[in-house]
Amino acid sequence: MRELKILAVVVFFTLVTYWGVEPFAHSQMHAHHEPATFKYEDLQPLAKQGNPQKGAEVFMNAGCTGCHSVKSQNIPAPMDPVTASASYGVNPPDLSDAGALYDEKFLAAVIKNPAHAMKLEHKFNENRPFPMPNFYGVGGDIEQEVADIVAYLKSIAPKKVEPKEAFVNACGRCHDMKYDNWYVIGEKPKMDTELEKAEFNKKHAEYQANLKKYLGTNPPDLSMYIRSRGHEYIRDFIEDPQKILHGTAMPRVGLTEESTHQVITYMENVGDRKKDKRNSLGPLVILYFVIFALLAYAWKKQMWRDLH
Amino acid sequence: MADQKRRDFLGMVFGGFAAAGGVAALYAMKRTWDPLPSVMAAGFTTVDLSPMKPGEFRTVTWRGKPIFILKKDNTKLKKCDDADVKVGEGDYLVRIGLCTHLGCIPAWEGDKQIFKCACHGGEFDACGTNTFGPPPRPLDIPPFKIEGTKLVLGEEGPEYKKLVGKA
Amino acid sequence: MAHFEKANSVYEWLDQRLAVSKLTKVLMTEYWIPKNINFLWAMGVVLMTMFTILLISGIFLLMYYKPDTKLAFDSVNYTIMQEVWFGWLWRHMHGVAASVVFLVIYIHMFTGIYYGSYKRGREMIWISGMLLFVTFSAEAFSGYMLPWGQMSYWAAQVITNLFGGIPFIGDELVIWIRGNFYVADATLTRFFMLHVLLLPLVIMGIIGLHFYSLRIPHVNNQEGEEIDFDAEAEKYKAGRKAESKVIPFWPVFLSKDLFVLGVFMIFYFYLVFYHYNFAMDPINFDPANPMKTPPHIYPEWYFLWSYEVLRGFFFDVGPLSAMDIGLAAFGIANVIFFLMPWLDKSPVVAPAHKRGAFKIWFWVLVVDMIVLTIWGKLPPTGANAWIGFFASVTFLILLLVALPMITKKEAQRAGGAA
Repeated sequence: MRELKILAVVVFFTLVTYWGVEPFAHSQMHAHHEPATFKYEDLQPLAKQGNPQKGAEVFMNAGCTGCHSVKSQNIPAPMDPVTASASYGVNPPDLSDAGALYDEKFLAAVIKNPAHAMKLEHKFNENRPFPMPNFYGVGGDIEQEVADIVAYLKSIAPKKVEPKEAFVNACGRCHDMKYDNWYVIGEKPKMDTELEKAEFNKKHAEYQANLKKYLGTNPPDLSMYIRSRGHEYIRDFIEDPQKILHGTAMPRVGLTEESTHQVITYMENVGDRKKDKRNSLGPLVILYFVIFALLAYAWKKQMWRDLH
Repeated sequence: MADQKRRDFLGMVFGGFAAAGGVAALYAMKRTWDPLPSVMAAGFTTVDLSPMKPGEFRTVTWRGKPIFILKKDNTKLKKCDDADVKVGEGDYLVRIGLCTHLGCIPAWEGDKQIFKCACHGGEFDACGTNTFGPPPRPLDIPPFKIEGTKLVLGEEGPEYKKLVGKA
Repeated sequence: MAHFEKANSVYEWLDQRLAVSKLTKVLMTEYWIPKNINFLWAMGVVLMTMFTILLISGIFLLMYYKPDTKLAFDSVNYTIMQEVWFGWLWRHMHGVAASVVFLVIYIHMFTGIYYGSYKRGREMIWISGMLLFVTFSAEAFSGYMLPWGQMSYWAAQVITNLFGGIPFIGDELVIWIRGNFYVADATLTRFFMLHVLLLPLVIMGIIGLHFYSLRIPHVNNQEGEEIDFDAEAEKYKAGRKAESKVIPFWPVFLSKDLFVLGVFMIFYFYLVFYHYNFAMDPINFDPANPMKTPPHIYPEWYFLWSYEVLRGFFFDVGPLSAMDIGLAAFGIANVIFFLMPWLDKSPVVAPAHKRGAFKIWFWVLVVDMIVLTIWGKLPPTGANAWIGFFASVTFLILLLVALPMITKKEAQRAGGAA
């Protein structure tokens, strides 16, 4: 009985200390923010019903393909990533998956006014325009045209985007993921000669330099972000970076809840790839020590039988 | 008796000799921990200040430390007579960008005109003086020499000595 | 030369040469421990197990770790965590054990204080134990630098900078310790050497001393009773086991310890698999960046109380700067427990609940150190700074003033009663 009383005291003080240095301290250090809803309530809902066929025409006429590739429709990129980054700061995204990755309200908003949709108006204005120009229509009703483009993008998008695809399209043009061999200029190929390696590194460095000019800083490699930031933080940050890190150069990317989940799944597959092993081995080891303790208790009972 | 004394003496000589060897070995060990000559030598950074605009703040690296350079515009950012350096036509604040409390890097907050340290809340004004929190003294001045419009960090010029003498 | 008969078995052959049976008696079956003890007496064995876990997991981490500022982070977080078979397990075990070992050390220490196990001939047990605490602290600090994450870097930067506060030689001492003007490759490699070789050797040596120091005064018991170990051992050997106040180390004492150990290991492996962030700070999964200070820098939880004593003095007093007072207080906090046997002026060896004012003192100390620990992590602004200040002052008063006064009175009363 006395032993249990002592144990209770030890456990109590241990828990108080733990509570103080972990949950309590972290609640004091990090400002509270509302969890992500992915509703993008500050953006206008689509006013019109879009027509994918018309959207395809508007898409071509509006000159989107002057910068964007749509690989699934055999529309190639007009420039390689490094040249594109020299012109725009960052390589413009391929739009094959855009209809599935991004929220439709966000897509519409980004077509009309990218700096506003991405919440980058503190950095881009009339003196320093955003690299992608605002869309003012190709002659018809602009709301209808925007709705048509969005409908077109949704019509060509796959039903489901794989985790890696989601990351590559939404994050991978600014962020490296070197633990999965992904770099901002693309997958690092298998290289045999020192020359090839040097050329790859040079391209990477050039792209990074352009990116730095554009953003003011180089976005971090995200290989271990699943461990350094955790699910919730990443999810909320993706939904609205400004809410969590005011003034950051990172744009709001407008992912849907589903595609955010895919991005986080990919980050977990790269940064915490032993999670399944950990979770499957854990119960076995703990069970081992439960049995160990029970046997030890029985043995102790026997050893101490004559002692009292 | 005499024999005993001689043995004591011999013992002490031997003990002393062994101790001297030990001290010499300790010296060698201490020196091995010293920074390498190449580390000590790689300590000079030259910065051309002429392209800086009034009110501009920049950070350069010197011996792994950030060096804050703030060009005064003498209107909003007042000149600090005892703290600024005159290079060419401009007045500059040149400081080691490490909080004098525990060595974190304070951030320049241009709108408030203070250096604020995120670690323990210390603040320094645009003259580098500690104005709030735990820092015990103003931001340190790196040794420098002026060559025309250039600032050479790591060498002690007359302007540096004058500045340190005042502070 | 000794005379050797022909041996009839391997055991006998070894016994002739190594006196195995005598050694077993001296170290195990006739090494006597008091019977009147509780599970807190098992912490020594728990600590020994944790040290063994640290040593073994450390050996396997060492096989793939690269002590180089360019390679260290990836060798830990990619090679060990993601490629090496069970590398993630060794790292989690190592990281969590390094944190949990301090919890057990603190329980072990406070058990010693509660039951008065640092006096009446047990001073060397206490002092060698404190030496272990200090070397474990150095081992933990040097090890924390090795993954070369943001917290590794900045904790090293802040803590090595502390030496700059030492008068006259401070600035040069800091450069000497780091081997560079800032925490750099030279710093990492020398801390690596300390962590994997020099400090473990020293720790193993002091563990030997700690065990040896128990030999003559023997282990204390729940009531602080003075036991005639020889007489009690005779009773035990004569079969009067229930009457005897002692038990042999093996197998009786260890049978209980192994049960406690089993329960502890359930807790430990729960932390290893499911609850490791407290020991492996998420911030340390960001690679070290000398040009970017993290918004909050704090040491691991077991250093927080002394860190808060350092920070607690945040204003200048006359000619003394806040930093110097803090540093002096920090210095005192780190050595004060060594002096426990002399700060306690009373000869009474008894559990705290039988020592009146000492009991109150003990619990106030526990609470104060927990307050220091918690506030050591909070940002030191506004009311937090003042709570830290008062808790720091309380800590110094408790040990330097209150303890000698209380125990002096107790000694007088004990003297009067006798």
